[in-house]
Amino acid sequence: MYVIVVGAGKVGYHLTRTLVAEGHEVALIEKEAGTVARLAAEFGEAVVAGDGCEVRVMQDVGMGRADCVVAVTGHDEDNLVICQMAQRYFHVPRQIARVNNPKNEPVFHLLGIAETVASTRIIYSLIDQEVETGESLLLTALKRGKIVIVAVDLLPDSPAAGRMLKDIHLPGECVLAAIIRNDHILLPSGTTRLEPDDTIIGVATPEDGHVLRNALVGAGTAAPGTET
Amino acid sequence: MRVIVLGCGRVGSTLAAVLTREGHQVSIIDRDQSAFDKATQRLGPNFAQETVRGIGIDEDSLKQAGIEEADAFISVTSGDNTNIVAAQIARQRFHVPKVLARVYDPIRAEAYQEVGVDTICTTTINAGLFHDLLLGRPLRSVQEYLDATSTEPPQAPGA
Repeated sequence: MYVIVVGAGKVGYHLTRTLVAEGHEVALIEKEAGTVARLAAEFGEAVVAGDGCEVRVMQDVGMGRADCVVAVTGHDEDNLVICQMAQRYFHVPRQIARVNNPKNEPVFHLLGIAETVASTRIIYSLIDQEVETGESLLLTALKRGKIVIVAVDLLPDSPAAGRMLKDIHLPGECVLAAIIRNDHILLPSGTTRLEPDDTIIGVATPEDGHVLRNALVGAGTAAPGTET
Repeated sequence: MRVIVLGCGRVGSTLAAVLTREGHQVSIIDRDQSAFDKATQRLGPNFAQETVRGIGIDEDSLKQAGIEEADAFISVTSGDNTNIVAAQIARQRFHVPKVLARVYDPIRAEAYQEVGVDTICTTTINAGLFHDLLLGRPLRSVQEYLDATSTEPPQAPGA
């Protein structure tokens, strides 16, 4: 896959590194000459000096044959215009934009850029979840934050400890993917009995992630469906 | 006519003053209070009906400036992309009947003509004007300048 990344901040840098390591062809466009010089040692010709909003620069890196453009500069207007130009002018099949101010996300969608990553919003929801849940840990977010993978540690006094999974009321949009017990991975089934110190890995929407956590370890008061 | 001007630089403030003098109702938006102060020094305190400190692509700022009742929206900030995005919001989100945007980059100016935003590329106009003045030729119309120096959009490979 040929991916063009615009903006060599932290996100652009790490994304480029990951893509290169995975064997993809990548061009990283960056305006700041100092940053380009610093990154050239690592990325060689993959890092290109220039304003990624300029059509000439886009052409020079071969925007027309790109499979995907990822605009991750610190300016939402720039990210939006880069994606629109890639879409309409160069017919790049896929455009992904970073949204710095979460308030601007609807504007991207209104103006035809469907794939957005609002990092501030995602990080906020991660922190929010961390603060609220304690023993549940958000491992990663998928589908632009719409799906989360969480790990929940059972304590001896957790409502779910000692119970079989089929007896625990779990939220609708949630899958228990694995149970980690004494460093071994168990595949959960209805008759699996949960034990204290189990770590349960669940996949859910962010809302149901909370419900899942409450069902397993309680939410101060016992979560609905866990009473006998 | 109710007009919103985005960007209180020299062009924005002068345009606001001209329209206000003609009796139009003008709101002008800028992110810097100092832009309004400078405009007041140059043009007097009544160069616009209303000044709104805010971001041009922010819905709340636009609403505060009265975009829902506006007949026209003109974006003349120093940033091409800000002008392009704000103009599209005015057009597509708020359905403002007349939307104009200054875009310095001739290629971007042409590319965005297609989405219902009238872009004015002052770069090509000014370059053409200076060219004629330099060579002592009679001046042409704005449209002729835009057409004459129009850069043919480079053909994107794979397009």
